Amino acid sequence: MATERKIRVLLAKPGLDGHDRGVKVLAMALRDAGMEVIYTGLRQTPEQIAAAAIQEDVDVVGLSCLSGAHNVLFPRVVELLRAQGADDVLVIGGGIIPESDIPELKAKGIQEIFGPGASIADIIRYIQEHAPKRS
Amino acid sequence: METQTTVELVEKMLAGDPRALARLISQVERGDVEVPEIMQRIYPALGRAYCVGITGPPGAGKSTLTDKLTELARREGKTVGIIAVDPTSPFSGGALLGDRVRMQQHFLDAGVFIRSMATRGSHGGLPQTARGVIKLLDAAGRDLIFVETVGVGQTELDIVETADTVVVVLVPEAGDAVQTMKAGLMEIADIFVVNKADREGAERLQRELRLLVDMHAQRNGWRIPVLATEAPKGVGVEALYAAIAAHRQALQESGQLAARRRAHRRKELLDLLQHRLLAALVAQLEKDRVLLALVEQVQEGVLDPYSAAQQILKDREALWHSPNS
Repeated sequence: MATERKIRVLLAKPGLDGHDRGVKVLAMALRDAGMEVIYTGLRQTPEQIAAAAIQEDVDVVGLSCLSGAHNVLFPRVVELLRAQGADDVLVIGGGIIPESDIPELKAKGIQEIFGPGASIADIIRYIQEHAPKRS
Repeated sequence: METQTTVELVEKMLAGDPRALARLISQVERGDVEVPEIMQRIYPALGRAYCVGITGPPGAGKSTLTDKLTELARREGKTVGIIAVDPTSPFSGGALLGDRVRMQQHFLDAGVFIRSMATRGSHGGLPQTARGVIKLLDAAGRDLIFVETVGVGQTELDIVETADTVVVVLVPEAGDAVQTMKAGLMEIADIFVVNKADREGAERLQRELRLLVDMHAQRNGWRIPVLATEAPKGVGVEALYAAIAAHRQALQESGQLAARRRAHRRKELLDLLQHRLLAALVAQLEKDRVLLALVEQVQEGVLDPYSAAQQILKDREALWHSPNS
């Protein structure tokens, strides 16, 4: 039987933040790059995001936050995924994130941050190169 | 996680581990070599779940209705599995799966397992692997399985050949009942729902559907109910939930449930054979120079496809010697 490999990505907006233009643009771009994108909507708790990521067995979780709460919410998602054994999921983030916050986010397991001005082509390439290779 | 054997994964899934279930679903979706073994192992645990198909045009409110029905099932203490299908783009092969947006209230309930699926290679509304995923949810002990698919008519035969009860969701904007007749939805629906019933034209559509239902011969004593709902407010959802239960009971009492499931199992085997034989044949065509020459002749317009097909099929050996079949 032929094995069909598709990168599955969960895009989520944690916390109290109603700005979803960016995440929607990205969702369409990733779909057009041949990925299966699961969008879960606004105002998600880290617990909801982790549970959805587990059930959907995604390769990548993309978090978008424009409210300033990224330092709390992003690491919490990583923690919850690890606690449930999903430590091989690639977690990346985007939004209004000050340069000075990036080192700590990376230290806490968010593997890349794409701030304002990041190009969609770069995000797609990053995911294609870094999504975990599964059987 | 990567080193876990199929046996271990299946054991964990049967014991209720959501991550093992999620992993097995991915294997079935990809068509991994382990799939026959997975299916063989879960086979004894199958047949307990009841599968409800929810179909209708895009934007009819299927996800919201599924969300509300799930709420009612959970109130009764039933566990729920949801398969939410959205189309794969035929151009990029990607998909945007957005049904979860309407189901957020259930994300943290361990009694609800939601899986978004893209249609991938299928031409109808259901991915070819959906039946396998339903089996996994059944084996994992889900009492009720909702399969939500986009459909606008007879392309939805897939769901009829898979679900125990089929709910067709329409909206007033969908046009008059003649459209419904044209689309062949009468043959598909066990229950009609006119959602967004607060909108203009809802009553007229309901009336027309009822008329249509009464003109149609009853199937084994079941009269297709025509219900009105306003999903976000939950209006009419309890009646819909009750109608699904009533249909289930009617199927059981008339012996139709067993008959449907027999037909579904037969169809599944035939589809599986068709899929595998075609894949084997295509693989063989690509390797065999003589056969490939025939394909090229057809491509160039020098040989008619009927003669070529006959010649290719004459070499039956080709069918059985594919390494993967």
